[in-house]
Amino acid sequence: MTLILELRRVKAFYGQSEVLQGIDIAVADGGISVLLGANGAGKTTTLRAICGMVRSEGEILFTGQPLERRTTEAIARMGVAHVPEGRGTFTGLTVEENLRLGGYTRADRPLASMDRMYSYFPILADRRRQQAGSLSGGEQQMLAIARALMMGPRLLLLDEPSFGLAPRIVENIFTIIEQIRREESVSVLLVEQNASLALELADQAYLIETGSVVMSGSPKTLADDPQIRRSYLGY
Amino acid sequence: MHQLLQQIFSGLAAGAIYASLALALVMIYRATDLVNFAQGDMAMFSTYVAWMLVNAGTPFWAAFLITLVASFLGGMAIERIIIRPVEKAPVLAAVVVTIGLLLIFNSLAGWIFSYTLQEFPSPFPDRTLFGALMTTRDLGVIGVTLVMLVLLFAFFRFTTTGLAMRAAAQNPQSALLCGIPVGRMLAIGWGLAAAIGATAGIMVAPVLFLDPNMMGGVFLYAFTGALLGGITSPVGAVVGGLIVGVTENLVGTYLIASQLKLTVALVLIILVLVFKPNGLFGTAIVRRV
Amino acid sequence: MRKDFAPAIPEKLAVRTFGFSSGIWRWVGALALIALAAALPFAISNYHVFELTLAMIYAIAVLGLNILAGYNGQISLGHGGFFAAGAYTAAILMHRYGVPYWATVPPAGLICFGLGVLFGLPALRFEGPYLALVTLAMAVATPQLLKYFDSWTGGQQGINLPKVQPPPGLGIDRDRWFYLVVLVVLLVAMRVAANLLNGRTGRAFVAVRDHPIAAAAMGINAARYKTLAFGTSTLFTGVAGALSAIVISFVAPESFTLFLSLSFLVGSAVGGIATIGGAIVGGLFIEFVPNFASDISDAAPWAIYGLAMLLFMYAMPRGVVGSLGPWLARLTPEDQLAAPKE
Repeated sequence: MTLILELRRVKAFYGQSEVLQGIDIAVADGGISVLLGANGAGKTTTLRAICGMVRSEGEILFTGQPLERRTTEAIARMGVAHVPEGRGTFTGLTVEENLRLGGYTRADRPLASMDRMYSYFPILADRRRQQAGSLSGGEQQMLAIARALMMGPRLLLLDEPSFGLAPRIVENIFTIIEQIRREESVSVLLVEQNASLALELADQAYLIETGSVVMSGSPKTLADDPQIRRSYLGY
Repeated sequence: MHQLLQQIFSGLAAGAIYASLALALVMIYRATDLVNFAQGDMAMFSTYVAWMLVNAGTPFWAAFLITLVASFLGGMAIERIIIRPVEKAPVLAAVVVTIGLLLIFNSLAGWIFSYTLQEFPSPFPDRTLFGALMTTRDLGVIGVTLVMLVLLFAFFRFTTTGLAMRAAAQNPQSALLCGIPVGRMLAIGWGLAAAIGATAGIMVAPVLFLDPNMMGGVFLYAFTGALLGGITSPVGAVVGGLIVGVTENLVGTYLIASQLKLTVALVLIILVLVFKPNGLFGTAIVRRV
Repeated sequence: MRKDFAPAIPEKLAVRTFGFSSGIWRWVGALALIALAAALPFAISNYHVFELTLAMIYAIAVLGLNILAGYNGQISLGHGGFFAAGAYTAAILMHRYGVPYWATVPPAGLICFGLGVLFGLPALRFEGPYLALVTLAMAVATPQLLKYFDSWTGGQQGINLPKVQPPPGLGIDRDRWFYLVVLVVLLVAMRVAANLLNGRTGRAFVAVRDHPIAAAAMGINAARYKTLAFGTSTLFTGVAGALSAIVISFVAPESFTLFLSLSFLVGSAVGGIATIGGAIVGGLFIEFVPNFASDISDAAPWAIYGLAMLLFMYAMPRGVVGSLGPWLARLTPEDQLAAPKE
């Protein structure tokens, strides 16, 4: 099993404070890894470190290539699509323009890709000329994911896609994510606070607490752990 | 009545020039959160370049186009070399850099081209139309500005680069995540702004006569127009610039000539801002608690 | 919109910069500097004394701007106008009413305080670039208004003023005497500013600058403090203006153009806008760099001046004292706690 993404002893810094204290994470090619943890644990920082948005040390390998000293836009062009927390949609632009921007790096046939996005997320087709800022939370999340997929990435980084959304919408989105992973042969690194849903989806899980990985393994291992059950799964 | 219409029309022509420079200011403000105090003098310098070309025998429109291209490249270079080091610094540092740039351009122009007023040719014949209601020159200035605005609008609305630039200005981080080279978009923005400024300078030079201080007043009016329209709104910049132009003309004709004209016009516009502190089309600066 | 032009400066730093705080070495250092400054005019030529006097006057003006723009976050492009107001108040008092020079300074300060409050009230409506425009309009209007009301201001010709007479029996000439006067005013101004800015008022200024909503929730009346900041700021700058009229013995509209306002802003930035000591750096910069620039290049001196601005901003974007201050703070153990977290 090849690893499409590997983080080795990665540290990350905001100014002088060390927010990630040497973590090891991996995503299998074609697989889904999930990062669990409470607020402020360092999950978002991990994704930002991968994309070069924050100062970091250690090794970050994507398809065997080091990402450490590259710029964010170069990393994006290499095939890493990051859906940030808060979605990061261009609220002043239309849905269609958002998707077009996703296709910016792909000179080849962005229109064909857009049709495929509309088939995954039919609601976006209805709203294609609407301003992205006027969409509901769930719709904006779908738009953000669609925009990331327009890049034709090999790795999808998702930062808390369930945030602020009603449970039914979250289930819907997670179903689509699983569908996408199969049909688009995209690997996924998912950061989530909603542990139970995330564990159902993943094939590898990590628990982060205050900047360190405190537990890792298959989802079943984590789900069976009594402490995790109490703290993160609520039973 | 006839005089009123006349003054309104020539005010619109002046306003077209203020609108152009105001648009340049708004573009740069949206992209870099910065008022470029050097915009006027950059335009002045470009106009001198055009003047040199014309004096060397280049036909007017060819000189115009060459100057536009040169200004575009110059603007890009300025962003990359001069502004980039302070882009992540406190805003005040960047503002001071633009003030320094203003001095550099002004002084260099005076040194290279001297401070003597120079004549600058107008490509439009000097005639009046519709019974002395308007001059062909004014019409020409408005026409050129209109063409430029249409081209810019089309560029931002319909091209991929234009879309990428809008995205980079609105949300640079998300743009980076899409693989958009935000730094290069900024440079292009400055290049376009410089080219727009050059157009404004070339249009106004036949009227004001060319000297290193030519664009000082124009910059003030353009800045006022941009704020009147709302510093984040390109449409506002154009509308604001036109309003300022007409106001300036009407104040100068009917209220008070000479020295105080500028002061009175500014005061009037500030009164408008008192009622709409973010400009006519501006969005309020939203503050997160 | 970026608001980070003035990082939060811990209270002690402002006071510390020129040694008005506890710690014996601070006092020794401060006194040494003051003694040096007082002795200096006797070692240099009259012209240099005059230049240094002007530099100190500009420092007082820049200090005023720092209070408003640095500590309270209201950027003003119009302080040249208040400088002019102070200068002309002094000039008119001396010329029309025969008031002795030293008695013109307090009224100039008070009038400018009043003007600042008057201006600060409508200015409450405006923020950021909009405030910049409103103050810019004032800067532009100043020379025009001065020429217009020529029965008071002497119009284009300006007003000639009697030269300063040093007190008899002291045995020093007028340039050096006035240098010492201005030095005293500068030290007093810095002390007053330090007391103000390190006390409740100063903290309120900074709170209103950084977190206006939180400040209001704590009961700080933003409008009152913003207006107070304006008035205090213009008081300082007005005093500086009065002193400049006295030392130059002449006022004319052409001395108070937009360029002067921009110079003050540049001086603030070069020194460090939310500092007290930075005002001195700023005053020195404004006075001396243009002179150096004309030494370097006869043909395009302002280009060199502009280049100097660029270089200073690249090297020290937070200003000299703004950048070096925190670093110096880290050197002394007693100040570790107060050093800002960058």
